[in-house]
Amino acid sequence: MTSKNPEYDFKWCPGCGDFGVRRALETAISRRTVEMEVAPENNVIIAGIGCSGNMVHLLEGDQPYGFHGIHGRSLPIAMGAKMGNPDLNVVVVAGDGDFLGIGLEHISPQAARNLNITAIVMDNGVYGLTKGQSSPTTDLGAVTSSTPYGKTEDKLHPFKMYLSLGVSFVSSTMSSQVRQMSTIMSEAMDHPGFSIVHIQSPCTEYNNTFELLKGNVRKGIPGLAYDIPEDHDDADWDAAFDIASNDGIPLGVLYRDTTRPTLDQRIDEVSEKVKAKSVASLLDSYAI
Amino acid sequence: MKNTDFVVRFAGEGGQGVVTSADGFASANAQVGYHVQTFSTFPSQIRGGPVWTQTRISTEPIRSSGDDLDVLVAFNEYAYNEHKSEIREGGVIIFDSGTFELEGVENSFGMAFDDLARSTGNARAANMVVMGALAYLVEIDQSILEQFVTKRFTRGRPNDQEIIESNIKALTLGRIEAENSGFMIGQMADAIPPEGEQVLINGNVALSLGAMAAGIDVYVGYPISPATPILLFMENNLPGPGKFAYQSTSEIESITSIIGAAFAGKKAMTATAGPGFTLMGEGIGLAWMAEIPVVVVDVQRGGPSTGLPTKTEQSDLLTALYPGHGDMQMPVIAPGTVEECFVAGHRAFAWAERYQGPVVVLSEHMLSERNQNIPKPDLSKVNSENRSVYTGTNGYQRYDGWELSPMPIPGNPGSYVANGSEHDGMGDTTHLADRHIQMTNRRFSKLKLLEDGTYESQNTDASIVLMPWGGSKGSGLSAYEELAEEGVDLGWYYTMYLSPLPPKLLEELRTKDLVLVPELNYMGQFASVLRSQGVKAEAITQYTGLPFKVRELASRIRDRVGTQQKESVTA
Repeated sequence: MTSKNPEYDFKWCPGCGDFGVRRALETAISRRTVEMEVAPENNVIIAGIGCSGNMVHLLEGDQPYGFHGIHGRSLPIAMGAKMGNPDLNVVVVAGDGDFLGIGLEHISPQAARNLNITAIVMDNGVYGLTKGQSSPTTDLGAVTSSTPYGKTEDKLHPFKMYLSLGVSFVSSTMSSQVRQMSTIMSEAMDHPGFSIVHIQSPCTEYNNTFELLKGNVRKGIPGLAYDIPEDHDDADWDAAFDIASNDGIPLGVLYRDTTRPTLDQRIDEVSEKVKAKSVASLLDSYAI
Repeated sequence: MKNTDFVVRFAGEGGQGVVTSADGFASANAQVGYHVQTFSTFPSQIRGGPVWTQTRISTEPIRSSGDDLDVLVAFNEYAYNEHKSEIREGGVIIFDSGTFELEGVENSFGMAFDDLARSTGNARAANMVVMGALAYLVEIDQSILEQFVTKRFTRGRPNDQEIIESNIKALTLGRIEAENSGFMIGQMADAIPPEGEQVLINGNVALSLGAMAAGIDVYVGYPISPATPILLFMENNLPGPGKFAYQSTSEIESITSIIGAAFAGKKAMTATAGPGFTLMGEGIGLAWMAEIPVVVVDVQRGGPSTGLPTKTEQSDLLTALYPGHGDMQMPVIAPGTVEECFVAGHRAFAWAERYQGPVVVLSEHMLSERNQNIPKPDLSKVNSENRSVYTGTNGYQRYDGWELSPMPIPGNPGSYVANGSEHDGMGDTTHLADRHIQMTNRRFSKLKLLEDGTYESQNTDASIVLMPWGGSKGSGLSAYEELAEEGVDLGWYYTMYLSPLPPKLLEELRTKDLVLVPELNYMGQFASVLRSQGVKAEAITQYTGLPFKVRELASRIRDRVGTQQKESVTA
């Protein structure tokens, strides 16, 4: 149930990382409304299927347009929407299963096109909505409902992949850091090109990694998450790849390339070169 | 008496000029006012493999590619053996004596296509040698071909004149060879130029032009035979302010990206063939569920799976109607001629925008590759429609009610969630039974907005009627006329609007004792669709990868009508 719609009955579990992501996204969108005077209806949130997909219904405050599509296909839907109207601020919200499992094939072409949208990936390392199956970011050997004797696939490394594919804005954050998340989301939305905000958003039900990420001094757990050093040059791809190759979860912007033209700019450039043809003139060209 | 009709088949290997010969001969004759139609079939490879094309020329409008051959042009021995049985009595074989010898075959003569071409100084003029010989056989004046050559090769290049001269020389060499052979087919009657302007186009181009006439903004497609030419047409001709065409990385990307563009307010289309259409199934269901207008073209080829990529078949009807899971039914428009491909291109957009959902256009390989002269479409008669757009304030219930409602466009007030999950008025996901009932009824009730399809009929009093669909229209209509002349009491119905069927047509069909449906598939797909709607329909099927021949089809109809009449007498 949301304050705007009593009929809607979906709930995230108590403590779900996605609550924090939602708060950060609401903040980033209202910042656009207030600071940039972008009307809320100029934002479009496109979701696939999974716990993350319900973000489009759960947002409070300013209401953007939403698209709750099919599993894994939010990127091409986003491409259509953005190309249909390049003035829109198009944001994809997806989980690790939606984005890195069934939807993986769509990342590479959008990176090559430098589609000017932002993808917010909520990574909990598990399929939550279908109750705990292994996902591409589940650890090798992990026991889940679908890997009762241990996962036999290596864990996918999203950051190295994003960088290798040529994603022009790669960032990493976690769901308990609402302020950092919303700042990075705003930067990603402002970025001219394909931006990914990859968020560790633990699943309290099937894969609770809060403690692993943040650490626990009392239990002697060091914590995987660490801030990217302030002197990191995010224009330096090799430096970004070094960070991505290290152990642990870096927090901050790994890589940012603002020099490449976006897909809409590329298409505009082509369109300017050709003279628009009318149907009448085309018909004439086939005259006998 | 002069001939009014001429059919020539060119058979050989890919890369030998089989296709250019057929197209060239058709273009040349179209220019002087003959009606022309081509047919081509080839294996799925770039070079080599058996290819054949056919050109039919007539003083009357042409409906099908022609049953029997007046002339077979055999580029190799395999081609001769494959096609010799289809040559009519008195027909002539021209074979390439540079490739093989044909001894003891009376009605044949050989000439060395390539050697003759080379002797003109233009090795690429072999097809002109062939065309020169053909023109002589039917006593078409060589000047007609010379005009064609001059027009085609006047390209503003320094060597234009040289190329034109060598091609004309090639025509003459071919004519002399034919003359020396002593064969004649009989003089072709003078052309009766059709009234009004004509264009020479194929089904894929006609469909693309129809879409452009409807105001298409966005095209996204993935290469696949035989739909690739639509992608190429759009890439070449669509770009302009606010309009673009794009090659995707898969059919899944094609369908979902046009859904995104249509959601953002654009008129959007994709085109594919069977395998791609299957991949699009889930996306088409999304467009139905979220009420997004898109046009999806399926240029049918032989199936299932990879099937026969370069052959013709009408076996995607059931998947076109029901491309995805769950309760949904597609509006389907299946053009039966090149002219109708143009109409289908713009009517599909009118339907999609009007009912705010996906519309499927079912074309066919035989239409897509068929070059034909058709009256130049009258653009002033294209009634392009735009969707009803919401212009109010925020807080709109986009999916409220039991029928169509205006659609908000992102960037404007009226935010909602376009949702592929079952949803409430504002688009939020719901599982309530009442909502699912309301929304399911809403989606199906919108189909009633599409009951404006037209249909053709003849001899409607007959109790047995013929009703082909799609590309079988041409052979079907010729068979119908042949039987009518014989005095067979048979009626005729035809529509390209297969779903929803025009209600009055359906009403009439339900009163018939037997509706015979010639269709190119094994299952009798349209007949079964008609039976499910209370029509006593029966299919006449063929699944050879080729279209019906008129004579064979007429004979099967004649037999079936005879049996039915005997049965009704006995009863």
